[in-house]
Amino acid sequence: MRARVYVTLKPSVFDPQGRVVADALVTLGYQDVKDVRQGKFFEVELDGKDAAAAKARVTEMAEKLLANPVIESYRVEVLP
Amino acid sequence: MKFAVVVFPGSNSDVDAWYAASAVVGEQAALVWHKDTDLGGADAVILPGGFAHGDYLRTGAIARFSPIMGAVRAFAERGGPVIGICNGFQVLLEAGLLPGAMVRNKGIKFVSRLVPVRVEHADTPFTAACTPGQVLRLPIAHGEGNYYAEPAVIDDLEAGRQVIFRYTSATGDVTGGDNPNGSINGIAGICNRARNVVGLMPHPERAAEAILGSADGRLVLQSVVQSLAVR
Repeated sequence: MRARVYVTLKPSVFDPQGRVVADALVTLGYQDVKDVRQGKFFEVELDGKDAAAAKARVTEMAEKLLANPVIESYRVEVLP
Repeated sequence: MKFAVVVFPGSNSDVDAWYAASAVVGEQAALVWHKDTDLGGADAVILPGGFAHGDYLRTGAIARFSPIMGAVRAFAERGGPVIGICNGFQVLLEAGLLPGAMVRNKGIKFVSRLVPVRVEHADTPFTAACTPGQVLRLPIAHGEGNYYAEPAVIDDLEAGRQVIFRYTSATGDVTGGDNPNGSINGIAGICNRARNVVGLMPHPERAAEAILGSADGRLVLQSVVQSLAVR
C-alpha cells in the first residue's frame, strides 16, 4: 500500500524559506502572492492490505520521526 | 575526570571537543561511536557539532535514535552533566532532553562568525567557572539555530532561569540588533529543569585557545571540571 504524509510548519512558526520563495515569486511578477509556506511531502510504500491499519502505522511514523510536533503538523492519507 | 565525546556519522567538531577537553583543559577524553551502548564510565558527555546523519529530515532527527542515545538519556536522568554543542544541541532537542526546536535562521543564511554570548546563570555544570552577566566571545556556525518554542514554554524557561546563554552586544546589552539567527529572546543556550543538561549553538571547543581568536570557550569545559571536583 501507499500512504502520503504532508508535514507543514505550525502557523505560529515563522518560515524563512517560504518567505524567500514568496519574495522570489513577487519578483517574477506574481504580485498577487501574499505568502508561501514550505513543507515536506512523503510517499511511504508498505506491506499489508488493511487501510485502517496502514493509517495507524504511518501516523505513528509521523509522530515518531517524520514530523517534529514542537514545530510541525502533519496529515496522513492512505491511497486505495 | 573523563569526558565522553559522542561521534555520529557526520559529526565534525568531535575531534575539536576531544582536543579541547584533553590537550587544552588537561582531562581525559574518549571518542565514543554512536553505535556503542555505553559511555565507558565517563563523568561528563559532549554531543559535538556537525551534521549527524547528514542532518537529513531535520537536524538531529535521525541521531536521536542512535544506539548511544539510550545511555546518554540514562546518564542525564541520573544527573550526569551532558552538553550539546550546535548539532549536539539540536540532537538534545529532538531527543526531548531539552524543550523546543530549531528552525532555519531568520536571515536564511548559514552564519559563521565570532559573536558575543552572555552567560545568564552560573549554577550549571557548564557555567560554574563563569560569572553571571559575563560576555564570552564564541564562534557560531549554523544554518538552523533559530530557537523556537511555544510562548508558554519560553515563559517557563525564563521563569525557571533555564536560559543559560543569550546573544547580546559585546557589552552584554540585549539590543535586538545582535541576534544572529532570530532566536526567540536571543536564546543561544538553555538547560533542563535539573540543570545538568545544557545545549548551546555557539562552539566553546572552537574558542579554547587564544590562537583561535578567543579562549573564552575554555571556561565552559573548565566549569565541568570545577563542578565535579566540588561535588
